[in-house]
Amino acid sequence: MKYIDEFRNKKLIDKVASEIRRSVEVNRQYNFMEVCGTHTVSIFRFGLKDLLPDNINLISGPGCPVCVTPNEFIDKAIALSARKNMIITTFGDMLKVPGSYSSLEKERARGADVRMVYSGIDALDLAKKNPGKEIVFLGVGFETTAPTVAQSIIAARKNKVKNFSVLCGHKTMPEALKTLTEDPRLNIDGFLLPGHVSVIIGITPYLFLPRRNKRCVVAGFEPLDILQAILMLVKQRTPKVEIQYTRMMNKNGNALARESMKKVFEEYPSVWRGIGAIKKSGLKIRKEFSDFDTDKKFIPKISKPKENRACICGDVIKGVKAPPECKLFGKLCDPEHPVGACMVSSEGTCAAYYKYAGR
Amino acid sequence: MEKITLAHGSGGTLMHKLIDSLFMKEFDNAILRRKKDSAVFDIGRSKVAFTTDSYVVSPIFFPGGDIGRLAVYGTVNDLAVCGARPLYLSLALIIEEGLDRNILEKIVSGAKDAAKRARVTIVTGDTKVVERGSCDKIFINTSGVGEIYYDGLSLDEIRPGDAIIVNGSIGEHAISVMASRESIDFKTKVKSDSSALNALIARALAISKGIRFMRDPTRGGVATTLNEMVERRSFGVAIDEKAIPVSAGVREACELLGFDPLYLACEGRVIMVVSKKDACKVLGAVRKDVNGKKAAIIGEVTRENKGKVLLRTSAGGKRLVGMLSGEQLPRIC
Amino acid sequence: MCLGIPMKVVKIDGDEGIVQAGGLKKRANFTLMKTAKVGDYILMHAGFAIEKLKEAEARKTLKALKNLKI
Repeated sequence: MKYIDEFRNKKLIDKVASEIRRSVEVNRQYNFMEVCGTHTVSIFRFGLKDLLPDNINLISGPGCPVCVTPNEFIDKAIALSARKNMIITTFGDMLKVPGSYSSLEKERARGADVRMVYSGIDALDLAKKNPGKEIVFLGVGFETTAPTVAQSIIAARKNKVKNFSVLCGHKTMPEALKTLTEDPRLNIDGFLLPGHVSVIIGITPYLFLPRRNKRCVVAGFEPLDILQAILMLVKQRTPKVEIQYTRMMNKNGNALARESMKKVFEEYPSVWRGIGAIKKSGLKIRKEFSDFDTDKKFIPKISKPKENRACICGDVIKGVKAPPECKLFGKLCDPEHPVGACMVSSEGTCAAYYKYAGR
Repeated sequence: MEKITLAHGSGGTLMHKLIDSLFMKEFDNAILRRKKDSAVFDIGRSKVAFTTDSYVVSPIFFPGGDIGRLAVYGTVNDLAVCGARPLYLSLALIIEEGLDRNILEKIVSGAKDAAKRARVTIVTGDTKVVERGSCDKIFINTSGVGEIYYDGLSLDEIRPGDAIIVNGSIGEHAISVMASRESIDFKTKVKSDSSALNALIARALAISKGIRFMRDPTRGGVATTLNEMVERRSFGVAIDEKAIPVSAGVREACELLGFDPLYLACEGRVIMVVSKKDACKVLGAVRKDVNGKKAAIIGEVTRENKGKVLLRTSAGGKRLVGMLSGEQLPRIC
Repeated sequence: MCLGIPMKVVKIDGDEGIVQAGGLKKRANFTLMKTAKVGDYILMHAGFAIEKLKEAEARKTLKALKNLKI
């Protein structure tokens, strides 16, 4: 068992797909939201929409952490990158994301020292190797990633590394889901919940969803996982939270990871690109760790972030509006000059619409 | 003021836009307009192919090759895919001051060995040394000329129903180079596919008149090459994910880094478009070559989806495969 | 969000170790998954092992799918 190819078995995929077709009620529409960007990528990469009956509509939610990172965060990173002896380290995803005036990729072309890393620990190692330089790590990601960055900060303190800090832009999922479901226009029957976030947080934070009449299944990321989860959503009569991804997660999550997150970070209201501020949906570094907090250490100065108010990503993410209804779509906003979250991610709803003309 | 970014050189949409809006416009002429891998024109009574390419790979040594070999093979392949017999190459070096002489010797001996294998002669060259920091260790430019022995390879020859062949598993060059870089630390056994394809191509062209077009999928990978092929044409391409050879090592690295193998650069691979009738014959010939053992028919030219590349996924779904937009970067989300 | 892949643990030395998928090897940090042992499969995300995979559960899932009556 290697846990990858087994869950891409074509025969089983066909079987589950036909069971889905058999199980749907013909004269109703099912709107399911895949919250997580990795689900979106997987659905797209394996062409799973083709295998589903026409009355199942999958909507891409706000679960790409890079895409929902607001301009202000990138503006700060760019401002820092202009300083002497500063190395900005980031996950590859962040490089192309536009801020108000530029992106890290463009700043790198102008001479800024911006480096890609795979892990917060790699950034910490870079700090150890370059004692004369300041290493800033861009902490983005949801509950899956946040504990790894917390551990990197804890390791920096333990090893007395003084030239390492984190520009913290971490976000958390439950409050964002709450905000989504508070919109009376939201037309979603159920959620495909994010498997790897749930590995950390377990299912308790989602229990409010069934009470709001939303069906829920925590799903893995292979084609069989996603299809099975959709089948479970279709068959779920009374809304509840079910787990499809049982090989990977416990319903209580990973307590150790949550502890380290709590030790380093605290909740605060965070701004989501295209959606706006959501209370308790972000993480900031606690006072006790402020020597590793880029915001405290360098107090990056930026001009007022420029957000385009005409962007309707919030409504696109909720499935209330379609991309062509946006004034910016295809005019000021395209994959090479994205304005909103849905265009930033190559599999975002707007980017997909743009590329495939409504497909 | 717009700045040139790395994405402008990565073979994707931005690079194509730059070429069209600047170089094609300023240097406009009939030969350039054909946008082939080599310029093809007549000198006296012979038809020749002429091409140039610069190599800036980092690191300069990687499993399966080095910058010297790559510089020879790359230019040889650009000539060969136009139906030319590669003959003479130039080799121009831009060296950063402070480079160890024995490293330079290793690179030169790599280029010498590659030229011998590809049966081409390096007949002219140039050496420049620049201040530390002005280049990264060594950059190489090679130009090459060849004699056209098979005329008529052209996008205009492609017909719906034609088969698409690739000579081996894709993306190995890109993964091998990436693993040799320090920035993303992972170990893999994948070796670069860097190799000369002129013998393999000659073998195929010798047995079939049904080969319509060829291109080597370097930067931007197979996906980008196929998109270049169908762009503004009255046909599309449908490829089958299950038929595309991808080695286990490349697959694993792609899972880890969130890459799509279709966008990874190859340096010893060629995409051939062949008439349906001759497809099996050509496949058989290609498989007899040392660089073609894992050759496969990966798809076909279609009347439908004009100008687009459609992939039938391993799960049985369909998706459109676009041109690479910017560089492919490792993802965590 | 959150690309993660199952990899096999081949070495653990204190907080760090080596994980493997086929011919690919990568350094991993185990401070978030202290009960992992050599031979286990873990979920690798951003350089960290964040959970252990359960083979019995994986088999149960596959079996349930195989037993779907069409």
